[in-house]
Amino acid sequence: MKYMLLMQFSEKNADFPKLEEWRPEEIQAHIRFMKETNTGLAAAGELVDAQGLAMPETARIVRSHSGGAPVVTEGPFPESKEWVAGWWIVDCDTEQRAIEIAALVSAAPGPGGRPLDMPIEVRQIMTAPPTEL
Amino acid sequence: MTSFDPTVEDLLRRLAPRVVGVLTRRHGDFAAAEDAVQEALLDASTQWPAEGVPRNPRGWLVQVAGRRMTEQVRSEQARRRREELVAGRVPADRRSAPGADAVDQGAHDDTLTLLFLCCHPVLSPASAIALTLRSVGGLTTGEIAAAFLVPEATMGQRISRAKQRIKGSGVPFRTPDGAEWPARLDAVLHVLYLIFNEGYASSTGPGLRRVELSREAIRLTRAVHALLPEDAEVAGLLALMLLTEARGPARTGPHGELVPLAEQDRGRWDTAAIAEGVSLITAALPRGPVGPYQVQAAIAAVHDEAPTAADTDWPQILALYGVLARVSDNPLIILNRAVAVAMVDGPAAGLALLADPPRVLTGHHRLYAVRAHLHELAGDPEAAAADYRIAARRTASLPERHHLSLRAARLAARTGE
Repeated sequence: MKYMLLMQFSEKNADFPKLEEWRPEEIQAHIRFMKETNTGLAAAGELVDAQGLAMPETARIVRSHSGGAPVVTEGPFPESKEWVAGWWIVDCDTEQRAIEIAALVSAAPGPGGRPLDMPIEVRQIMTAPPTEL
Repeated sequence: MTSFDPTVEDLLRRLAPRVVGVLTRRHGDFAAAEDAVQEALLDASTQWPAEGVPRNPRGWLVQVAGRRMTEQVRSEQARRRREELVAGRVPADRRSAPGADAVDQGAHDDTLTLLFLCCHPVLSPASAIALTLRSVGGLTTGEIAAAFLVPEATMGQRISRAKQRIKGSGVPFRTPDGAEWPARLDAVLHVLYLIFNEGYASSTGPGLRRVELSREAIRLTRAVHALLPEDAEVAGLLALMLLTEARGPARTGPHGELVPLAEQDRGRWDTAAIAEGVSLITAALPRGPVGPYQVQAAIAAVHDEAPTAADTDWPQILALYGVLARVSDNPLIILNRAVAVAMVDGPAAGLALLADPPRVLTGHHRLYAVRAHLHELAGDPEAAAADYRIAARRTASLPERHHLSLRAARLAARTGE
């Protein structure tokens, strides 16, 4: 089963200072943790893909417009204080395992080496139908 | 392998497990033998179409793969120790050339032994499927990765980890004996069943690769059946696959949408596959003991033998679900049984059966889909539409969501909601 793990980012979280306020070695430790985690998932044959997303300031909303030219706007977004910062797609045997992986990446180190405890949304990816019994 | 001669491809697929078997018995290292054979298959797939198939294709592969193994050992070990090591791994009775009458000895058993090795109890189902498809099915890592929609590197890692696990478990390369047999056979049948489902259930997927998976599962199950013709569950599984696959062409509409059993054009069912499945299950049932695959095959046979949906022998299906509930702990049986009860005793009786479902079914989309269907039969379109909508939101299957949403929308349109 494939799951998408969405890393949510929130400016409201007081323990989560902006990246530009981290010390360089803290950023390096964070990146190292992410790289090692992904290497481990790839070695287990569980990693399908993982990406970090650019800041929401650069995001665009695109809507088709009754068959005419599509309309591109800089919003509105569902909630301006929270956004998806990155994601993983993993292919694992059980939902339990997907939750384990989410817990692992949630604990990525932040300032002072403390775990960030980021909320990770676990979503099963739509597939073909299961065979009827 | 895009413009590859299918007969050569079939030949390679058939030979691959035997060559892995020969080299594993000779050197006692399954993981290394499997890698070497993959490389030899690659050589063969480029050379044979251009230069013709060698007179003894199996011997050719054994020789080329054997050379690859030696090269691997050479790169890993000091040159002086190499000969000793390889020789040391060869049992004394195999150091001389086999007699002329022993050339094909164990050729059949090798395929079976490999299958049983790949369905090792230490492996997760996903790993066992991948390893079985590559080592026994002869599919390339790229083909398996494409079928499961993961990157080739991911699938390659999964396969190599599976091989390491088997190696680490210390289980020798041999056909499991006596006490191990039933447990291993269960795992083998389960993996074949899952490979089949992956292929069958994904017929709406992006490519033909999925059909290849269900065909591969049928081919491998046929091989197990040929080797264990007396085993009723093996025959039952093969029958179940044939009877299910027979409906494949009618199961999706022109745009890939799901067509439920009752609405399928039965003229498009594969009558030859149905005949074979029915004769297999008819012969297997009296042999016993009756296991879940046989009962599921028997149910599929009753469906397939009905000339129209209305002619379905529901009392017999209901009786079979009663048997299935005793031999299998799959909770979904309760739902299918409720449908059968509804067809025999009316929708209210079916709904009553689902009034207090077991905990594992709470929130399961199938529970809502079945309830919706029974509400529809009972003439309560509003309750049906509501349950269809919940089922559509909860399923993880995209085609199923489309199908369920469509049902809800049709009912809502009819009631003017």
